[in-house]
Amino acid sequence: MTPTGEGRSIRFLGYAASVAVVLLLWQYLSSRAIIPLLFPSPLSTLRVGLGLAAKGQLQADLWASLARILAGFALGSALGVTGGILMGSFRPARLFFEPYLQLLRFLPALAWIPAVMLWLGTGERAKIALLAYTTVFIVALNTMVGVTRVPRNQVRAARSFGAMRGKIFFLVTIPATVGYMLAGMRLAMGNCFMTVVAAELVASDSGLGYLIFSSRQWMQTELAFVGIFVLGLLGLTADHVFQATSSWLLWRYDGASRGRPTQ
Amino acid sequence: MAYITFRGIDFRYGAQGPLIIRGFHLDLRRGEFFALVGPSGCGKTTILNVLAGFETPTAGEVLVDQQPVRGPQRDRIVIFQEPDSLYPWLTALENVQFPLRVLGVGRSERRARAEHALRLVGLQGHEGKHPAHLSGGMKQRVQLARALVLEAPVLLMDEPFGALDAQTRLILQEELTQIAVRTQRTILFITHDIHEAIFLADRIGVMTAGPESTIKKIVEVELPRPRARGSAAFGELYEETHQILSEEVRRVLRGEDSLL
Amino acid sequence: MERWPRLRASIPASDAVRVSGVSLVGFVLLWQLASTLWVPSILFPTPLRTLLALVAMLREGVLPYDAGVSLSRIAIGFLIGTVVGVPLGLAMGLFRPVLVFFEPYVQFFRFVPPVAWIIPAILWFGIGETSKIFLIFYTTVFLVLLNTMVGVSAVPRNQIRSARCFGAGRWQLFLWVSLPATMPHVLTGMRIAMGNSFAAVVGAEFIAAQAGLGFLIIDSGTWLATDRMFAGMLTLGLLGIVADLLFRAIIARAAARYLMPS
Repeated sequence: MTPTGEGRSIRFLGYAASVAVVLLLWQYLSSRAIIPLLFPSPLSTLRVGLGLAAKGQLQADLWASLARILAGFALGSALGVTGGILMGSFRPARLFFEPYLQLLRFLPALAWIPAVMLWLGTGERAKIALLAYTTVFIVALNTMVGVTRVPRNQVRAARSFGAMRGKIFFLVTIPATVGYMLAGMRLAMGNCFMTVVAAELVASDSGLGYLIFSSRQWMQTELAFVGIFVLGLLGLTADHVFQATSSWLLWRYDGASRGRPTQ
Repeated sequence: MAYITFRGIDFRYGAQGPLIIRGFHLDLRRGEFFALVGPSGCGKTTILNVLAGFETPTAGEVLVDQQPVRGPQRDRIVIFQEPDSLYPWLTALENVQFPLRVLGVGRSERRARAEHALRLVGLQGHEGKHPAHLSGGMKQRVQLARALVLEAPVLLMDEPFGALDAQTRLILQEELTQIAVRTQRTILFITHDIHEAIFLADRIGVMTAGPESTIKKIVEVELPRPRARGSAAFGELYEETHQILSEEVRRVLRGEDSLL
Repeated sequence: MERWPRLRASIPASDAVRVSGVSLVGFVLLWQLASTLWVPSILFPTPLRTLLALVAMLREGVLPYDAGVSLSRIAIGFLIGTVVGVPLGLAMGLFRPVLVFFEPYVQFFRFVPPVAWIIPAILWFGIGETSKIFLIFYTTVFLVLLNTMVGVSAVPRNQIRSARCFGAGRWQLFLWVSLPATMPHVLTGMRIAMGNSFAAVVGAEFIAAQAGLGFLIIDSGTWLATDRMFAGMLTLGLLGIVADLLFRAIIARAAARYLMPS
């Protein structure tokens, strides 16, 4: 099913048609709905959204969430990559830390929200810490796998050219692992969205999660829909950025194709 | 009257693709073992796919027993180079039973016929294994058994031994010869290996290099079976075929188009 | 949205948790140290206190009750999600019109975390079970659908071609080839969905619930009963492990043949 130029435009038409149908249906149903509060129409949602954007409120909330994610994600990735490389390169490190990774898989980052908020309050620190936690384990695990899967023959070839340990590490191991790192980061990013929204729903005064929460306070369900929609857009964009980066790296380093996340 | 006829076959992928095959003519006799050799990318597999009914030629027609080919059918079974056509969730026996199941054959008869086919290819004792637990050579034998169980008159084999190690390949060639002689099937066999072609086939068709490839020459192999690989006659045929083929291969290496 | 990479093609038993005794002891020691040295003990319970709280809650019946509530929400949502997701995924993988119709929504809403829907959900369904079940359904349906869809299009072409050679009709192709070939993907999707469901239900129970493990955790936190909070978290983790092991065991029993690599 390779998309030809013609086939693709038909596809997009199909998508557009589908979305148009659903939007119209939604509009129709919500105008007949019992209580407009329960299910606001697309037009109403759009209006509220634009209003928020005009006031700059939407951007503020968007940036609040995004900033938290970026900070926590960066921190977690840095730690995760370092840890993953260590675990992949040194057996004792792996033997010691891997069980924690395997065990903590089953305790979602979400579950830590009340605990972390007790310790670090409800401000930025707590949220960033949570996000770092969310990120670090997945990235570490993926990086570790990547390091252990560097094709042996690549290392051997480098050795036969006289490369020493340090050179091998930077010129062979790292490039071969980058694909896996990215795969882990992409997965972690998805989880970060989940964590940040949950944290903002529980206790926050800014952010997209808070926006959704506020719909209850203000009795305006449109706010929730706007928040959800923007959240989806953000997630989509983030994922595309990762995909684009992976493709570029694939093109450059070739071995990175093995680091693709499975869904 | 020819059993299988390729008449004026042209082939291109899509409406705009380059013409891969041009003016391909071939007649196959019933019960004949025909080997198709040619340089890489010349379209041998495409010809097989056209006969199998997986692809439709851009021009020309293919006839089997006077009937035009209109899609895959039970009278022509394909054996692929990669055994990924075997179903991993079925055992060897169940895989061989599969075509009979499609036909609606009863359980005990299915079983009996499948067991017989597996014996024919030398896999007795391995009926209960899944493809994951079979070696490459064994998987190809399962494909063969599966093709034989339907008693289809035509077998289409696309470099079936290409992915196997040399020893296994030689053994399977011998076994295939015995089966071919015993069951009198019409076989179209694609290969790169001239030795293999001479050992197995009644006739060898050498294709030109692509694009627009067609049959360049047909070599008759009139040696009695079983064939001695080291014999003088074998060697002569090898030289002859090799000459014809290497001209084409060189053309590919030089990047020239076919002269046709 | 998926939690963890699929590190191997199949799900061998060795992929399950391998914990070395040393690590476990080390973990408990670290925990003990952290709770006594780093943060005041009231806020960071020691392993011992957590264990005591766990036992106490078991005896009180609080823990089994809340765990049961959460699990039942997960179970129902998961079941409905699978029943909807698999056929839909199959349909999307096999029929172009269906794919084109649903794809924009699938590809968009998969990036919206389930928790985000809790507020509309309680608006529509109230604060009871249905809202949580809806969230689990949402979590499950996307993962199962996506994996199924991928699975259907990943059936090796030669498997289909062979079947066509043997004269298989459309239905036979679907029932005897496409469906079994897609099973590994379906099962993977279900397994991942199950894992994510735990997070989703806990998140939902933080925000709007009166029962369940999530409620237990956050309520304990509010009252500064951190030992009970930790006990709840521990239970959550253990339940997740058990659920995963159980899932694998069931698959190994009932569907092992569908997980064979080719």
